[in-house]
Amino acid sequence: MSLLPFFQWCYATGIGEYIRNSAWLFPVIEAVHLLGFGLTLGAVLIVELRLLGAGLSRQPVSQLAANAQPWLLGGIALMFVSGIPLFLSESIKAYYSFAFWTKMTSLFLVLLYTFTLRRRITGTDISTERPVLVRSLALMSLCLWFGVAWGGRWIGFS
Amino acid sequence: MNWSRARNNFHHGAPQLGVLVFGGAMSLLAFFSRMGESSWSTSLHESQYAYSIIESLHVWTLAVFFGSIIMVDLRLLGLTMRKVPVTEVAGRLLPWTVGAFVMMVITGSLLFSAIPLRSFQNIFFRTKMLLLIAAGVNVWLFHSGIYKKVWEWDLHAIPPKRARIAGGISLVLWACIIVSGRMIAYNWFDCDRQPQSDLINFLTSCNPTDEGH
Repeated sequence: MSLLPFFQWCYATGIGEYIRNSAWLFPVIEAVHLLGFGLTLGAVLIVELRLLGAGLSRQPVSQLAANAQPWLLGGIALMFVSGIPLFLSESIKAYYSFAFWTKMTSLFLVLLYTFTLRRRITGTDISTERPVLVRSLALMSLCLWFGVAWGGRWIGFS
Repeated sequence: MNWSRARNNFHHGAPQLGVLVFGGAMSLLAFFSRMGESSWSTSLHESQYAYSIIESLHVWTLAVFFGSIIMVDLRLLGLTMRKVPVTEVAGRLLPWTVGAFVMMVITGSLLFSAIPLRSFQNIFFRTKMLLLIAAGVNVWLFHSGIYKKVWEWDLHAIPPKRARIAGGISLVLWACIIVSGRMIAYNWFDCDRQPQSDLINFLTSCNPTDEGH
């Protein structure tokens, strides 16, 4: 089963067409999308750096994660709210873009990690018991987020 | 280099500047025009991968830079990590901010050098540079002002008003810098997209009658 008909349907939506017909709408929404990513990464960074033993390394992991949580959710929400109209406006291009699929795969994996494994890691003191494992996961998470950023930027070059 | 083209890029309202060019003082327009004709600039501009790779580096460092400064600013606003001392948040996160900023300047300068004249005449690029100066002034005012007495409010969940203002201004300025930076690639006020209003052509030093730009 191909997803192409769905992508074509997305492309044909009124929102998609409205954005395509505007000179400034796409860039403005894209800029908001980038701000949402920055906010997300800020919230991710303080926790992931802490798990790596850097940044705010004197603070308890659980407390930092709790502090960052509302900003993480807000950043992700902003990325989705702005990302969906962007996608609608160029979904057919996205379908044929390697960068788009790299981005979506990375995003899916990193969100899965963030809301399952990482939730358990930050909820307990496992980071002191299994430092190598936890550090590897934190590093993997940052790499996946950079994959999201790379894919996102590279969609524009394809 | 093409002197006449550089000269023609001047707005009609600034004839003295043209005189300066021919008097020998290198104007920025002529300078960036010449930079754009260098082999470095054209090869970077026409490269298949180098330009995009530098762009990606610029975005990655942006994420680290903006992400870390957001968290510091939110702490100054008393909106997160209220139990963590302000000096600890600043001391532990700002090195990442500064490191990423240095990388942003390097990658940004490279991107500029690939398309110098067009970028220099880009109204969003000019906005971004002015906002960067404003952000620098804000950093300087904060560090030479209320932050000098940080030991008085280091542990406060909600920092004093002047620190909150500095944090808020920082957030707004950096957000605007990122927005204007992203707009540079979509310049709908480009010199080639005439007609534009006289004000726009003045602000971008464009000469609408110059076909060869």
